[in-house]
Amino acid sequence: MSRERPRRARTFAAMTVVGIALLLLALAPRPEGTALELPGSEAAASARATAATQAPTGHDTATPHQSHEGHAPATPSRPETFTGTEHVVGRGERLERISDALEVAEAGDRIRVRGGHYREGPLTIDRSIELIGEGWPVLDGEGEHSILTVTANDVRIQGFILRDSGFSHIRDHAAITVEESRGCRIEHNRLENNFFGIYLARAHDCLVRHNDIRSSATREATSGNGIHLWDVDRVQVEDNHITGHRDGIYLEFAQGAVIRSNRSEGNLRYGLHFMFSNESFYVNNVFARNGAGVAVMYSRDVIMSRNQFLDNWGTSAYGLLVKDVQDSLIEENLFRGNTVAIHSEGSDRLTFRLNRLERNGWAVKILANSQDNYFTANNFIDNTFDVITNSRQNPNTFDANYWSQYRGYDLEGDGTGDLAHRPVRLFSFIVETKPVALILLRSFFVDILEVAERVLPILTPETLTDENPLMIEVPGGEPWA
Amino acid sequence: MNTLKIARYQLRDVMRSRWVLLYGIFFLLMTDALFRFGGSGERVLLSLMNVVLIAIPLVAIVLGTMYLYGSREFTELLLTQPVRRRSLFLGLFAGLALPMSVAFVLGTGLPFWAHGGLAGGTGSSLLLLLGTGVGLTLIFASLAFLIALSTEDRIRGLGISLGVWVFFTVVFNGLVMLAIYMLADYPMEKPVLALSLLNPVDLGRILLLLSFDISALMGFTGAVFRRFFGSGLGQGVAIAAMAAWVVIPFALGLRSFHRKNF
Repeated sequence: MSRERPRRARTFAAMTVVGIALLLLALAPRPEGTALELPGSEAAASARATAATQAPTGHDTATPHQSHEGHAPATPSRPETFTGTEHVVGRGERLERISDALEVAEAGDRIRVRGGHYREGPLTIDRSIELIGEGWPVLDGEGEHSILTVTANDVRIQGFILRDSGFSHIRDHAAITVEESRGCRIEHNRLENNFFGIYLARAHDCLVRHNDIRSSATREATSGNGIHLWDVDRVQVEDNHITGHRDGIYLEFAQGAVIRSNRSEGNLRYGLHFMFSNESFYVNNVFARNGAGVAVMYSRDVIMSRNQFLDNWGTSAYGLLVKDVQDSLIEENLFRGNTVAIHSEGSDRLTFRLNRLERNGWAVKILANSQDNYFTANNFIDNTFDVITNSRQNPNTFDANYWSQYRGYDLEGDGTGDLAHRPVRLFSFIVETKPVALILLRSFFVDILEVAERVLPILTPETLTDENPLMIEVPGGEPWA
Repeated sequence: MNTLKIARYQLRDVMRSRWVLLYGIFFLLMTDALFRFGGSGERVLLSLMNVVLIAIPLVAIVLGTMYLYGSREFTELLLTQPVRRRSLFLGLFAGLALPMSVAFVLGTGLPFWAHGGLAGGTGSSLLLLLGTGVGLTLIFASLAFLIALSTEDRIRGLGISLGVWVFFTVVFNGLVMLAIYMLADYPMEKPVLALSLLNPVDLGRILLLLSFDISALMGFTGAVFRRFFGSGLGQGVAIAAMAAWVVIPFALGLRSFHRKNF
């Protein structure tokens, strides 16, 4: 056998391998940040500026709320020095039962409750008093009834452990119920294993702060909400930690609410459930590992900023679900590791800007009944699918975002890619209609289809493009941290 | 004993032709570049996944075919000696698959070690990637031997190898997609799962996906897949299928090596 033939065959095969390897290299995803063309950072800065000037009406609504921020709570101011009578409750004191103290106290008095275990049945506060626990007294609902009910204005409850409220299919038993009043302050309490935690109904100008609310609900039907607000105006909910309830924080008909710096995690349904609550503001909250994330519905003029939506995984889990919401602003939030980061349905004139959407299954799922929404200066990073919609029409605008999947170039050097980016991938369309096709995710076959579709769009919406995709991430620290 | 001797000889021969070195350097440079430009270990793994699933089968099957044709004279020479065909086959196989696997594992693993990419949960994902890569090397090397033994014509053998590669990386998935569309009215989750066991590239891809892309896979369908491959049974089935893919072509190759009239 001659030595020539194998050598020729070998050369031929080697060339084939090299050729195909080069082809593969060309097709392989370009690692993010390699940007052969390094745009100046002013590009991103200008994008930010554009975003600021182009923000629609949602921004104006910020003004009334921001006056709340950083100031004293909206409760009527009280004199610095306490002038009422003090009553002390505790073992060995003149008053051994809280109910006795509640009977003798008059408006403006303070009741100090010493540490101990109090089983007194449902208690009602019908006068404007302060109820202060010292040494973590336990108020026990014994699994049968509501614990504290407030019907007077300007009541303050602080420093208690409230435990084991009753469960009922008919009545909303809660650890603390406030009804038809104003100016309550509920601070520094620990709520354990209650049906509802803090329940405000027609209670206005209240402050709910620094409470630690835990339960261990296992079924939606038999569990209540951590903080339940119904028909309340100007309530502030701050620095609470809520876990193991049905909804962490629930708002219905809450006008002008401020929800700030709360941590709502591991709740059965929503971390925050928000309905018919206009002109509200929520900022710096963390919503993690809730059954279905956060839902904002039937509201307008809402501002959501600097929140973190993390690890909401599940068959119908969203980071943020916006349904029938109008004229709102969603900015500087972090969405990471959610099945669907933002799901928008029937929502109009929302501005999404400066958000970071990272490692989500679907970053933005926007149905075509959502119109005139504006996405700018957001970072879309390593999501499986960046944008998906259910129509070939596109009534929304995507402009000057950073897309880690963008593969264009920037010859002009102005910081934005010269080719428009189409964030809707063909494969996401296929998966939308035939979910089983998900098994082909990241296969070479799908990559080839994508390339073909990108050259000549047939199925994906032609007009859903970002004409000015940024070449580098929108800078800016981590405002949510 | 003979197996080892043959393998050692072939190893020296393979090293002399330097392609294994190039192969290792290719992975080394690639992984290193991904680290330098891309950043975190997780991202590098995701980018590497495509390369592993496409390049390894291609290189293994093409080089494997050429390698067996190239050692034709050596094989014939040894067959005149008192050497068992079984040892000879094993030796030839080890001489190819061993250096390729080592080159791949070192080429990919070293940059990870050097850049500290093993922190967090990426360690186990990297192991999975390396395991899948080695598995695919073995599978496609066996297929290559089978092809090279069944045709005398080198060019034709090479053509068949490329055809097999195209089938497993592209055509197969096209058929799956077709099936999904044609049978859209039926619940297809389980049939599709079964189909994926028939393709080692798909099997590797799905196993890797489940360790990276969990959030997207958490939809209803994803949950079905995840539940299957996430369970002990599913993983057992997947590993068994992978093993079957190594053993069956290898056994077939061995049989035809035994019967072949050189």
